[in-house]
Amino acid sequence: MGFMIGRLGQTLIVLLVAALVSFMLFRYVGDPVNNMVGQAASLADREAMRTQLGLNDPVAVQFARFVGDVLRGDLGMSYRFGQPVSDLLLQRLPATLELSLLSILLAAGLGVPLGVWTALHPRSRSAKLLMLASLAGVALPTFLIGIVLILVFSVWLGWLPSFGRGEVVSFGAWTTGLLTASGLKALVLPSVTLGLFQMTLIMRLVRAEMQEVLRSDFIRFARARGLKRATVNYDHGLRNTLVPVITIVGLQFGNVFAFSVIVETVFQWPGLGLLVIQAIQFADVPLLAAYIVLVALCFAIINLIVDILYAVIDPRVGAAQFARGGHA
Amino acid sequence: MSDETLEGADAPDHPPAWWRGDFVHGFVRSPVAIVSATIVAMLLLLAILAPFVAPYDVRDPAKANVVDARLPPSSTGMFGDQYSLGTDPQGRDMLSAMIYGLRTSLLVGLGAIGLAAACGIALGLAGGYFGGTIDAVIMRAADVQSSFPAILIALLIDGITRTLMDRATHEALAVPILIAAIAASFWVQYARVVRGLVLVERGREYVLAARVTGVRTVTILFRHILPNVLGPVLVIATINLALAILTEATLSFLGVGIPPTQPSLGSLVRIGNEFLFSGDWWISLMPGGLLVVLSLGVNLFGDWLRDALNPRLAS
Repeated sequence: MGFMIGRLGQTLIVLLVAALVSFMLFRYVGDPVNNMVGQAASLADREAMRTQLGLNDPVAVQFARFVGDVLRGDLGMSYRFGQPVSDLLLQRLPATLELSLLSILLAAGLGVPLGVWTALHPRSRSAKLLMLASLAGVALPTFLIGIVLILVFSVWLGWLPSFGRGEVVSFGAWTTGLLTASGLKALVLPSVTLGLFQMTLIMRLVRAEMQEVLRSDFIRFARARGLKRATVNYDHGLRNTLVPVITIVGLQFGNVFAFSVIVETVFQWPGLGLLVIQAIQFADVPLLAAYIVLVALCFAIINLIVDILYAVIDPRVGAAQFARGGHA
Repeated sequence: MSDETLEGADAPDHPPAWWRGDFVHGFVRSPVAIVSATIVAMLLLLAILAPFVAPYDVRDPAKANVVDARLPPSSTGMFGDQYSLGTDPQGRDMLSAMIYGLRTSLLVGLGAIGLAAACGIALGLAGGYFGGTIDAVIMRAADVQSSFPAILIALLIDGITRTLMDRATHEALAVPILIAAIAASFWVQYARVVRGLVLVERGREYVLAARVTGVRTVTILFRHILPNVLGPVLVIATINLALAILTEATLSFLGVGIPPTQPSLGSLVRIGNEFLFSGDWWISLMPGGLLVVLSLGVNLFGDWLRDALNPRLAS
């Protein structure tokens, strides 16, 4: 329990720091008033505006108000779009989530079986080829994979669209491309691009873990007991491999979130990543500030879930952490 | 790293233990190591000698012939210029742009790794040697830092600096900003590894002896302990170099790294990406290919180095 409380405390500190950075950006970068009134506004107008916006209050009060606003979901207005930032984020969230989930599914769905295969048949030609290919997955930057896929499948072959989400169906605030043919077609290239690196990572990890497990004594005993090969490999071997793999896949969500920025730029995918890249290029401070808070929140949640999962799956983790005073 | 290794008996005393016999022997016997090291060395040389080997000077926008824009590989320009790898949309010779781009990419990569290693080593030494609160704070910071992907941290740092200064200043400072932004997430690994090694080293007799004889702490840390932990640091640095180069290329591709006026491998790919649909594949694929060769070379060499120096060091 102490471990969990320590973790929660750490998470809270991270969130507060992110909020502080975000607040400083919001408050001190560029003059918010300048951005809202025109060049022609008089000094008195500006001063009135400052007071009205609360920019003349003590900094601590402003920060507290900022945190309160964020908690209520009020993240200010985007300079570039002239819309509330929270609306923009919510509009873009479904596209990013859909893309990320699909590529994680793709990565885990292919990565785990391939990893098991290469671990069970390390000397086979296919396994060696897969390992070589996975090295390329590590060395190839995501954006280049995307460009090559676009060149081959969109420009040369003309099979798949190279940008956008295609036709989407909306359910209230949620939009999905999973229900239309053009939406599904549009998802193929981005999700493959986003999932490829994660897949090679998962494959290499499963392979390494599986080989480690297969070398351990209990597997040797199971073989000596005359259990069927499949039982030993899958029931004993794979099951013990999956604990760290689940953790890594969980943590990969964070990476997918980060890499979706790249993929969304390559494929002009109207998600959060494209939004933040444009925010950075146009110095859209409120949007950038909100994104920082959002990223911190996402990662805090992901890490917390993974930590809890870890402790649930393997009780020794929590106990050991506790004994060392919450050190990770 | 014990003093008595089997093959160390007849080796000279000067090089550290890991450099003796096995290392050189292993290098000569490994085709992967030789090939990757040769590639990396050649690219490094190319980058260093860029002003002498590049056919055209692409740093000066005034010298570009806009009439020669987007020519395919092995073309001759309006004024008889030879473009072996074609030209980009600004009429710059691709080969020259790629050589200068390589220079920028390597500069940023090496700079980021150097900065990250320096910070990480210093923090790791301090944390491991002094322990207590210093150690706890450094390691917590490392935990937090490593829970965010490097690319995102660098992206946000670049974004924040972009809002802090006007466009011209930011473009002028693009390289140092990018180096710092990338280094900001790469220091963690060095700090952790060095700390772990220092925890072992600080109990060793040579350290105790130095302390008893009143050697200054700074001297103990940097003159006595540091050389004994550098092997693993070298391995991490090599493997991270490829990652740092890819991070730079990615940021530049996204348009938040090196500005398009200064060629880097990533910004060249970005420029070419806009013309992909016109079928002008060479503008983005050739710098992209060079990037892959560079990253693959560094990666393979790093992998080999890790196995050669310390088979037990996990990446």
